[in-house]
Amino acid sequence: MEVFAFSLFNGVLYGMLLFMLASGLTLIFSMMGVLNFAHASFFMLGAYLAYQISAYVGFWPGLVVAPLIVGVVGAAVERWGLRPVHKFGHVAELLFTFGLAFVIEEVVQLIWGKVPMPYDIPASMNFAAFSWQGLDYSAYRLFMLVISVAIFAALFLFIAKTRIGLIIQAALTQPNIVSALGHDVPRIFMWTFGFGCALAGLAGVIGGNVLGTEPAMAITLGPIVFVVIVIGGLGSLWGALIAALFIGIVDNLAISYDLSAYPLFAAFGVERDVAGFMQDLVRLTTASIAPVLPYFLLVLILIVRPRGLFGTRDV
Amino acid sequence: MAGLARRSGIWLAALGVVLVLPWIFSSGFAITTLNQMGVLIIFSLAYNMLLGQGGMLSFGHAVYFGLAGYSVAHVLNGIGAGTLPYVPVSLLPLVGGLVGLLFGIPIGFVSTRRAGTVFAMISLGFAEMMTALTLILVVFFNGEEGVQTDRWAGPEPFGITYGPDVQVYYLIAAWCLLATLAMYALTRTPFGRMTNAVRDNPERVQFVGYSTHRVRWLAFVLSSFFAGMAGALHALNVEHVGFETVGVGQSGLVLFMVWIGGARAFIGPIFGAVVIAFLNSNLSGITEAWLLYLGIIFMTVVMFAQGGLSGLILMHEPIWKTDLKLFRPMVLPYAAGIGATIVACLGAIGLIELIYFMSTKSTRDTGTSLYTVPVDAATALPWLVCAGVAALGAAACRRAYRPMAASYADAIETVKAGAAR
Repeated sequence: MEVFAFSLFNGVLYGMLLFMLASGLTLIFSMMGVLNFAHASFFMLGAYLAYQISAYVGFWPGLVVAPLIVGVVGAAVERWGLRPVHKFGHVAELLFTFGLAFVIEEVVQLIWGKVPMPYDIPASMNFAAFSWQGLDYSAYRLFMLVISVAIFAALFLFIAKTRIGLIIQAALTQPNIVSALGHDVPRIFMWTFGFGCALAGLAGVIGGNVLGTEPAMAITLGPIVFVVIVIGGLGSLWGALIAALFIGIVDNLAISYDLSAYPLFAAFGVERDVAGFMQDLVRLTTASIAPVLPYFLLVLILIVRPRGLFGTRDV
Repeated sequence: MAGLARRSGIWLAALGVVLVLPWIFSSGFAITTLNQMGVLIIFSLAYNMLLGQGGMLSFGHAVYFGLAGYSVAHVLNGIGAGTLPYVPVSLLPLVGGLVGLLFGIPIGFVSTRRAGTVFAMISLGFAEMMTALTLILVVFFNGEEGVQTDRWAGPEPFGITYGPDVQVYYLIAAWCLLATLAMYALTRTPFGRMTNAVRDNPERVQFVGYSTHRVRWLAFVLSSFFAGMAGALHALNVEHVGFETVGVGQSGLVLFMVWIGGARAFIGPIFGAVVIAFLNSNLSGITEAWLLYLGIIFMTVVMFAQGGLSGLILMHEPIWKTDLKLFRPMVLPYAAGIGATIVACLGAIGLIELIYFMSTKSTRDTGTSLYTVPVDAATALPWLVCAGVAALGAAACRRAYRPMAASYADAIETVKAGAAR
């Protein structure tokens, strides 16, 4: 029971981190039609910047400054990189962000090297928040959860209640009319892009010390964020939330329970030490297929229902 | 008849070049590079059947390349161990092609119903799935180690053992020529024209009565066949297939080659494969920042040269077809523009190399050499010089590009005026 509770808790936490990445990505996609391949790279930038800042002045200033820097970098990328490419169509935009992800990874290696950075949990929060059935729960993880839920709530209020949020919502579906009403739509795009990148950067700041700050962190997480926004439905924040939580919880449950596939095969009379290619199948466990599962869902959703679970239009 | 002679002339010339190359570049290093070029040419041409001709951007075409590579490695090992019937090693690329085809049929069916972003995402999903599977299905993929093989297997017809690299060169060259010819011929068939039509205006194609899904599917399957052939040759060439050959990285590399070379012209991917393979084998030993440069080149091409390098050359085609004299007023502006670009690049590369040096080397030993000039990276001088050169070059570029574009526009204007007359 406690294993279930803890993996549920960790799953929600991972899911909320995914949501912080996915919310920005899904806003950017539905607004500009750009699938930002480099989104997870901004997550990585956030983690590295936070590490660098925390090495000088501590964790707390980094929590504020790193996302701001990442947001400004993102806005600059939109203004001087993506906007000129826009006239060449969606394929060129996709290629631009793909190249950008590649370049950011190389630049990070250029500056910080290829080894993981010792970006640690701040000492002030490195204690057990509570203990249950003999298992400790880290205070920092609790803090992560609080931050991500707060961001989620703030984002919803911002989109639904403020005037800027309304303009963004309108620009999602009717950019031309919003433009005709006198709003500077390219500038809205730029700030939305920067804002999404800043959210990704914030996720990097609070997630980098738990997930590990290393050059491969962007390419391992990036595709999963795509899975989240496709399953949730593009442009749908609720969908992104539910898909992110679903992926996070399923992933954690699969790994902590680690059920073997052998009983399935035993029912058909297959021996445990069967030779050849069957051996791989017999040895499958839920933990070993967990990395495949999101991509399987991605392909399945795209084939069966390209608008995702909560989307209103196709990819 | 004259047209046929001229067209076959190009192919005969290619055949001649291919036959002579290993005599001119006979070092082991050169042959290895040439072999890689051959494999990558087939792979990028196959990829361009999707991207350039069919308008389908794939992030997972290495799946067919890699799976065929693995299969051929297993077949070779089976032949060597005597557990599989003998297949001539020279024909293994066909086996690889069939493996690619086999996987391309079902995956292509489900992914080609739509083009654009849906297709790109599905291809990404399959690539990630396959990468994860290489670590799960250990018997076939052998995890992170990959599968070793030995191409010197079975009987030796005509004394061909494929021991020396030169013999593999001729094998790759033969298949490369055949595959290029076949893929070129495909672009001239009604089917090839239909793929272009589906790329440009799918709605209209449906009105004419074609199924866009079928056309895309067929293009996908054929492309997987040639990708598989390239994968088989890759396995024969390096005698090892690792998990990275099925991943997004390998797919990204072929995408880079095709886009940098130019996806719009048939020659583009060949050009890209040759240039990138050459730079890859020559620069990766000199500088650790080679992949960064590759990424920057790619982004520059995406932003400023949609037709790629071949597009930049071919945009001058109307001029040289009209009158070579038209190039005369263009020489100076072009020389200025290209010279300024080179200066700016030299400065920027110097800066990047200095940063790389400082981040990778120990703090005590700061001496290095830049463009064969020994410098001490801990002092300010090399940084200032590189930054100055870069700034100077950038300023020169700003001044030189406008006259360059103007001279091109003038020449094209003259060509158009002549055509109108």
